[in-house]
Amino acid sequence: MAKNKDSISNIVIVALSLCLVAAIVVSTVAVSLKPTRQANKDLDRAKNILIAAGLFEKGKTADGQIDELFKQFEIRLVDLRNGKLLTASEAQALDIDPRTYEQRRASKDPEGSRGLDNSEDLASISRQANYSVAYLLKTGDQIDRMVLPIHGYGLWSTLYGFIALDGDLKTVAGITFYEHQETAGLGGEVDNPAWKASWEGKEIYAADGHVALTVIKGNVDLANPAASHQIDGLSGASLTSRGVQNLIQFWMGEQGFGPALEKLKG
Amino acid sequence: MSKATDVLLDPIFNNNPIGLQILGICSALAVTTKMSVALVMCIALTLVTGFSNLFISMIRNQIPSSIRIIVQMTVIASLVIVVDQILGAVAYDISKQLTVFVGLIITNCIVMGRAEAFAMQNPPVLSFIDGIGNGLGYSAVLMAVATIRELIGSGSLFGFEILPLVTNGGWYQPNGLMLLPPSAFFIIGLLIWGLRAWKSEQVEEPEYEIGGHTSLTRTA
Repeated sequence: MAKNKDSISNIVIVALSLCLVAAIVVSTVAVSLKPTRQANKDLDRAKNILIAAGLFEKGKTADGQIDELFKQFEIRLVDLRNGKLLTASEAQALDIDPRTYEQRRASKDPEGSRGLDNSEDLASISRQANYSVAYLLKTGDQIDRMVLPIHGYGLWSTLYGFIALDGDLKTVAGITFYEHQETAGLGGEVDNPAWKASWEGKEIYAADGHVALTVIKGNVDLANPAASHQIDGLSGASLTSRGVQNLIQFWMGEQGFGPALEKLKG
Repeated sequence: MSKATDVLLDPIFNNNPIGLQILGICSALAVTTKMSVALVMCIALTLVTGFSNLFISMIRNQIPSSIRIIVQMTVIASLVIVVDQILGAVAYDISKQLTVFVGLIITNCIVMGRAEAFAMQNPPVLSFIDGIGNGLGYSAVLMAVATIRELIGSGSLFGFEILPLVTNGGWYQPNGLMLLPPSAFFIIGLLIWGLRAWKSEQVEEPEYEIGGHTSLTRTA
């Protein structure tokens, strides 16, 4: 036994059977848990949209209510190339279901996205999908809240999040990031509820229509006339703060949702 | 004490994988900023070490020595993927925070080290206990480091506020250094110092002795 343990045939047999067993175990687990993982992911996204829109209160809203709350949203597709908010039938004609549309996947696909020049790529995302999803909360025809997905590069990673706008489409109602790998405690403070709350009520656009919202270094001086366009920087995380500012400038500006918002206000 | 209890408890103080063997430092730096994250990492690593030792020990008489390392890697990697998948399904929030570090259990020296050093020579049940024991030794150090880092760095324990932060209207100004990986180096260094002061038999013989000054005049 000990002698033929190291024979070539035994090496091959052991290697092959081990690989087979390992492959079966790993794939069984992966396949059987996939629905739960996907459901968790979807739930987390929906939860973050609700948090951005201010409909989800930590500790007060149960996870079970998420589905129901989320149903209030009207989910529309936005054509980022011309700022058009597509109707349900137009989206259908494109063969895209806004409910399952994955912007992240689309932005990697040359068909569904376009490359960005250095000069326009403020958020350092290099490619932008042609379509994005907008979540609208309406009473009748009046928009109460609009939640838009945003993403951009911070210090270590791309931050993915949502920004919610008030019915006037220029005031921030809330912001949240659901995926990032910034340093916990420094850049990771983008998750800090107190910091996120400081965004509420800030004005995105200046009088002439350009994106004026900035994340400044240090604390906002409320006496400053520009204070309504300024957010406190995260201490110890200048680069993450700058990344957040850049992604706001990008997504709220000409390349992002700017034109679409302009049309809706129109 | 019976052999099994020895094997289980020895790695916690006497033969701690981090404290004495200095294994698994990399993840100890990375995941110790929050206690909840560190705890999940500890559970994941303890289970992986235990089961990889169990399975490797079960097939130890069949493993050809020329491919034993890659066989160990395959077993460990499969277990880590399984753990990662389960975490994603049952503890989504925490798995989001652990991100790549669950995957990096594969490269954690403790797992490979115990497989090679213990499981290849010992029967399955004892190997399993050894894996759990080493996992617990790792966990003890990780939790100690995480407690210090979270308390001083964020003023909280398991996410509950202990020292009210200035940013939330309290008085405690958190120490940002504690949230950066280098602070874990200092804390682990101090822990190892403390452990060796307490159990002085763990102090290694110095490899080199610095000699006295040699007089130049003698050669001249």
